[in-house]
Amino acid sequence: MVTAQFEYLAPATVAEAARLLSRYKGEAKIVAGGQSLIPLMKLRLAEPKYLIDVSNIKELSGIKEERGGLAIGAATTYDAIGASAVVRKYFPLLAEAAGQVADLQVRNKGTIGGSLAHADPAGDFPAVILALGAELEASSSRATRKISIERFNVDLLTTSLRPSEVLKTVRIPFLAARTGTAYYKFENKASHYAVVGVAAIVTVNASGVCTAARVAVTGAGPKAVRAKRTERILVGKALTASQISTAAKRAGAEIGDFNGDIHASPEYRAHLTVVAAERAITRALGRAK
Amino acid sequence: MSYMITMRVNGVEHTAHVEARLLLSHLIRDVLDLTGTHIGCDTSSCGACTVLVNGQAVKSCTMFAVQANGADITTVEGLAKDGKYHPVQQAFWDQHGLQCGFCTPGMIITTVALLKKSPKPTEAEIRAGLRGNLCRCTGYHNIVKAVQAAAEARRSS
Repeated sequence: MVTAQFEYLAPATVAEAARLLSRYKGEAKIVAGGQSLIPLMKLRLAEPKYLIDVSNIKELSGIKEERGGLAIGAATTYDAIGASAVVRKYFPLLAEAAGQVADLQVRNKGTIGGSLAHADPAGDFPAVILALGAELEASSSRATRKISIERFNVDLLTTSLRPSEVLKTVRIPFLAARTGTAYYKFENKASHYAVVGVAAIVTVNASGVCTAARVAVTGAGPKAVRAKRTERILVGKALTASQISTAAKRAGAEIGDFNGDIHASPEYRAHLTVVAAERAITRALGRAK
Repeated sequence: MSYMITMRVNGVEHTAHVEARLLLSHLIRDVLDLTGTHIGCDTSSCGACTVLVNGQAVKSCTMFAVQANGADITTVEGLAKDGKYHPVQQAFWDQHGLQCGFCTPGMIITTVALLKKSPKPTEAEIRAGLRGNLCRCTGYHNIVKAVQAAAEARRSS
């Protein structure tokens, strides 16, 4: 399959990429790993006139430990994230989820920023990064701003990133002591996309009482969302299996309209949401030491 | 608009003038005439078009040739040395890790990358490592055996 004609641009800096985006407003797309965009272009569902390749911009890739958390460059690949010692040490959830994205070849190219900016309803990272409470940094040719992940996912394939902005950095705050994390997904066996995936982060105190919980769901609805009702039920309890089960039953409460397609009906996705939430929370709790 | 690109493919430097939209898979097959790299699904699913770009396995149907400017590329034609099969190729031969052979170039290239990352993979790791490569014939059993044999050969060589 052949894409529509386009002009290829490979800026060396974020500032240059942002200038190109504003010059070709509405006609340009950023490409990093291209694992979502290039298939769309081949199907001619996307026909950008200008393709701005940011994959060789040095300042956009890499993982840095900062005060308070990790800063991950938007063009850092899943492979690099999964292999990073600092990620494995502080955020095993990120490494666990990175290893479950698509396949080895796609993970060598696909990037954290690409996943977030593309906002595929079945993507893994939108839920994982939402659960981790990240803050994103984006730059246009005029300004740089910070966007909370809570306000980033807007709708199906839609984020609050402006057409003139380049996503630069994903900042993830360190987890509290005695926090366990897990990502559990029911994947499509051909594409490995999440039919439903749940990321869970559970913090307990010295006596084993849950003091904080963040649970995020992907694949179930048009965008990744927090399961806040489930979180509220979890907090304040020394969690038993039956309490986790009760909390997980509410994991679909914030989804709204469940997706239905040839892979799973809305009813089935609603069921999987509950099961995946129960398993993710149980695993996360077991790791909260 | 035409773009001049230069890349090293199987150790040989090539320069080509290409349209931005030319896929790496099409450059390899149609311009460089290296038809060992197969295009199966053309939708990033089957992995038949897998090549090594700077040592990393990627699906060449999901990358533009211009993006590989300056890269070092290995296709299945680049594995054998001095008329001798690469250990992974030999293992696929010995274990009969194929039936029709269409997926084999991609399977072999991905296996080369997989064994570099994890030289002693478990069966589960092999199956997970090859999940981006589809085979419609074998049911994967002999492919897994071939990867195990290649890992063994790699260790004893």
